[in-house]
Parts: sequence; structure tokens; C-alpha cells
Amino acid sequence: MTDRAPRTKYMDRRGWSDIIIGAPYIWLVVFFLLPFLIVVAMSVATKTPTAPPFSFGGDHPLINLDAYQRILTDDLYLRAFLTSLANAAISMVLCLLLGYPMALALTRMSRGWRNIMLMLVILPFWTSFLLRVYAWMGLMGRNSWFNVMLTDWWNFIVPVDWAVRSIPMMNSNFAVILVMVYTYLPFMILPLYASLERLDPTLDEAAMDLGSTPAQVFRDVTLPQSIPGIVAGGMLVFIPAAGELVIPTLVGNAADPMIGRVISDEFASARDWPMASAVAVALLVLMVIPTMIYTHFQGRAEGSK
Amino acid sequence: MKRSPVFLITVLCFGFAFLYIPILSMIVYSFNGSRLATVWGGFSTKWYVSLLSNKQVMDALILSLKIAVVSATFATILGTMAGIALARFRRFKGRVMFSGLVTAPLIMPEVITGISSLIFFILLAEWIGWPGQRGFTTITLAHITFSMVFVTTIVQARMVQADRAIEEAAMDLGSRPWQVLFDVTLPVISPAILSGWLLAFTISLDDVVITTFTTGPGATTLPLLIWSKVKLGVTPDINALATLMVVTVGLGVIIAGIILNRAEARRLADERMAYRSND
Repeated sequence: MTDRAPRTKYMDRRGWSDIIIGAPYIWLVVFFLLPFLIVVAMSVATKTPTAPPFSFGGDHPLINLDAYQRILTDDLYLRAFLTSLANAAISMVLCLLLGYPMALALTRMSRGWRNIMLMLVILPFWTSFLLRVYAWMGLMGRNSWFNVMLTDWWNFIVPVDWAVRSIPMMNSNFAVILVMVYTYLPFMILPLYASLERLDPTLDEAAMDLGSTPAQVFRDVTLPQSIPGIVAGGMLVFIPAAGELVIPTLVGNAADPMIGRVISDEFASARDWPMASAVAVALLVLMVIPTMIYTHFQGRAEGSK
Repeated sequence: MKRSPVFLITVLCFGFAFLYIPILSMIVYSFNGSRLATVWGGFSTKWYVSLLSNKQVMDALILSLKIAVVSATFATILGTMAGIALARFRRFKGRVMFSGLVTAPLIMPEVITGISSLIFFILLAEWIGWPGQRGFTTITLAHITFSMVFVTTIVQARMVQADRAIEEAAMDLGSRPWQVLFDVTLPVISPAILSGWLLAFTISLDDVVITTFTTGPGATTLPLLIWSKVKLGVTPDINALATLMVVTVGLGVIIAGIILNRAEARRLADERMAYRSND
């Protein structure tokens, strides 16, 4: 779209544009930006046994960096950050390994089938997130048909000494990763599909005609062109997975908490608002880095069009 | 290239099995006659019967629907305005911050949004005495805030595709800005507004984390009720409730998808007709 000299006259009256821009702008400033700035300020406040449990200045230093110091020194927070980042990264890679062939298969289908299959990919996204996590709780429990089936296979394959009565799946990092892959898989498939669908199939044919094997075509033609989709899907899985609260609370190991759980516990159980806020700010800083990488890639992809 | 290698089809089948077996298993076990959630005890519909007479569940459902309808409606109005602003007003004061504000809630972890909203409401109550009690109002305000940006994303994408020339033609023919808005722009983007409302509605109906933080005594939404029960383990009545919710939403999405597809096809056909009659 070109920017014509007298730009579109559409709603050029001040009053109109002021309302259309102003209403959502003010709403987001009051209900999103302001609360967020309060959290940033809270992270340097001092915890007090009053209600609300914090204070600025007074008997305490105006800017109190104790909370940040504790994040860097206390083992609990570092471990929680590492667990979160590792779980999110593993989930992202598994989503990619499963989602890429699925997205590629979708692009190779006839139009009618493709629409039905896309609907099947999107459908779980609309159904309740909480209930999809709950569905796995039913499958992973000790006496469920799924666990019994896996246990039977395990006992059949391994030597008798290693036989188990049931596989302890619940309340582990394994369960967290499994359920995260399950709930976030559509987020990976959709951007991958969008970028794979745009590829020109004649390039594949040209490479084949020039003597490439299918594996070489994939490595040299398809894969490099789908990198924007991989990056977009990776971010869409990694970012929510790193801050996840529901999944670790329901199927995770309480002794090895993820960072979302730590924030929530500091706030609700320990009533340490400054600490919860500082951990939240630290998590955001960690997330800004991958987001910047993402926008960098996206900017490059758009620039090359 | 219509070849579909065996490997790709195998992974696709495995992927769909992975996506749907847990839900199907949950649906099957909702008809389980046994009180033990994982042991099959014959076919029964008793959990559904007891569910319909459960006042707690019905109250929570009604509260959730009320919050979802109100918050989706406000979120759609505000989100659509933001979408129009970002797509049509090229330069205005604070545009960079505005687009940042519209993107940030999308990537903000829900825990942080929840905690910041709660601290905000508590401090507001300290400073100006409002909101006196957290509940319907605070949950709805928080839901509007984080679902409106999803509406914006959808509306903005549709606005960018829409043909500007129609709006300009209407202006040239003497329409006032509000006439252009209501007679041209809004009808053109109406499918996007409808999907935005549906998305905001489901997001609100489904939310646990932000609702946990912004709720108060007596305001238990359906996800909060399920959340408190599910933390204690798997039970057949939750299976039944889950089945009802999943089936309702699934059917709703499929029907909405078919209607939207038809409307889009009709619109494209109309456009083609219009162009043809111009020749």
C-alpha cells in the first residue's frame, strides 16, 4: 500500500480519531500499564507486617534491592528459573519435532481434507485449557488404562528385575513437559503451516530434477525457507510455557517448582509482595530477550518481501 | 506435488491421536458407573443427572456466562477501536507506545497480569475506596483488559486486507465520517468483529489464573470451581462437566466456522459479481 499525498481523508476530523484512539489507549494505560508500573515499583519496596504488606521510605530505604539480591543468591529462585527455562525449551523442541511433520503433511493434502484437518488442529485451542490439562490427569493416574497399558509394555520389554507396578508419571517434570507439549502443540503447528503453505512447490521439483534426494530437498530447500515459521511457533510455545502456572500446579512436582508457582506462592502464601514483584520483573526481563530476537527475525522476514 | 510420504501421514495420525485420545478418554469415563474415576464400573448417566441438580455448579456457570458476555462485549468495542486506529491512522502521537500496549498483554505471563491487577485493585481501594469488594466487577475489568488485545489483533489483520478505496469512495460521495464507519467499515470487518467477540468470550469463560487473583469472597466462576476440585484429583462428576463443556464449545466452534466460511464465500461471490457487472 502506498502512502498517497493527501492521505486517506477517512475520519480526518480530530474528534473522531481522538475517540477511536483515545478510548482503548486510556483503558490500557489505566488497567494494564499502571498496574504493571506499580509491580515494578513494588519490587524495590520493603516488606512490612502491615496491611497492605509493604512500605516505601519511612524507616526503610526508599529503594530496597533486597529482593533482587535474594533472587541472585538464594538457590530456590535460581533453580526455579532454570527448571522453567529448561521445561519450556524442551517442550518447544518436542512441539517442533512433532508439529513440523504435521504441518508439512497438511500442506500436501487436497483442499477439502486440509480444511478439515486444520479445523481439527484449531479445535482443541478453543476448548477449555484447564480441562485439557485435567484430561491428562485422568490418563496419567496410577490405575488408568493408559498407565496400565504403558506399564504392561514396559514390563514386557525390560528384564524382570526392572518390572514396576505402575509408572509414576504424575507430579513430575515429565508430566509438566508432556502436558505443555499437548496444550501448546497447535501454537506450533499453525505458524509452521502458514509459512510452509507459502512455499513454491516448483522449487522442490527443480531440486529433485537436478538430482537431490528427498532428504537433501528438505534440508536445503524446505527447511531454510520455513525458519520464520519455526521462530514464530517457537516463541508462541516458549513464552507462555516459561511462565506457566496451571500445569505445574496440577501435574508438577511441588518440590521442584516452576517460576510461575514461585511468584504465586510468594504473593499468596508468604505475603511477600516485594519478592513476588521482583521475581515477576526478572521473569519479564528474561522473556524480553527472546521476544526481541523474534521481532528481529520478523522484521528481516518482512524486509525481504 | 501431491505426494504424501508415509512418514508424514504417520506422524499426522500420531499427532491427532495425541491431541484427541485424552479428551475422548475423559468423555468415555464420564459415563462410568463407578465412583473410582479410573476403574470402569459399567455405563451410567448418573453423573450428568447429579450435575444438573448441583446448585453450586449452576450458579458458577451463570456467573461465568455473565462475566463472559459483558467482558467480551466491552473487549470487542475497545479492541475494534484499537484495531481501526492501528490500521487506519498512520501517524498519531504515542503510536509506538500504543502498539506496544496492544502487544504486551499478549506475551505477558498470566501470573504477572493477575498479580499486577490484584495489587492495583487493592491499592485503589486504599486510595479512593473503590472497589470496596472484589468480585464480578474486578474480574470483568481484568478480563476486558487482556481479551481486548486479541480482538485488536483479529480486527487489525482484517482492516489491513480490506479495500480502502470503498471507504474513500464513500467519503468522496459525501458521507460523513460516522456514516463511513457504520455503513462501510464496520459491515466489511463484521466477520472479524464476530470472531473477535467469540474469542474474547471463550477466553473469559476459560480463564483461571487472572480470575483467581481478581476474584473476591462469593464470586466463584466455573473455572475457579473446577480448579479447586481438580487440585484434589480426578472425579467422575468433573468428567461429566468437562464433557458437557468440551462438546458444547466444540459444536459451537464448528457451527460458527461453517457460518463464517459461508458468509465469506458469499461476500467473495458478491464482489466478483460486482466487478463483472462493471465491465
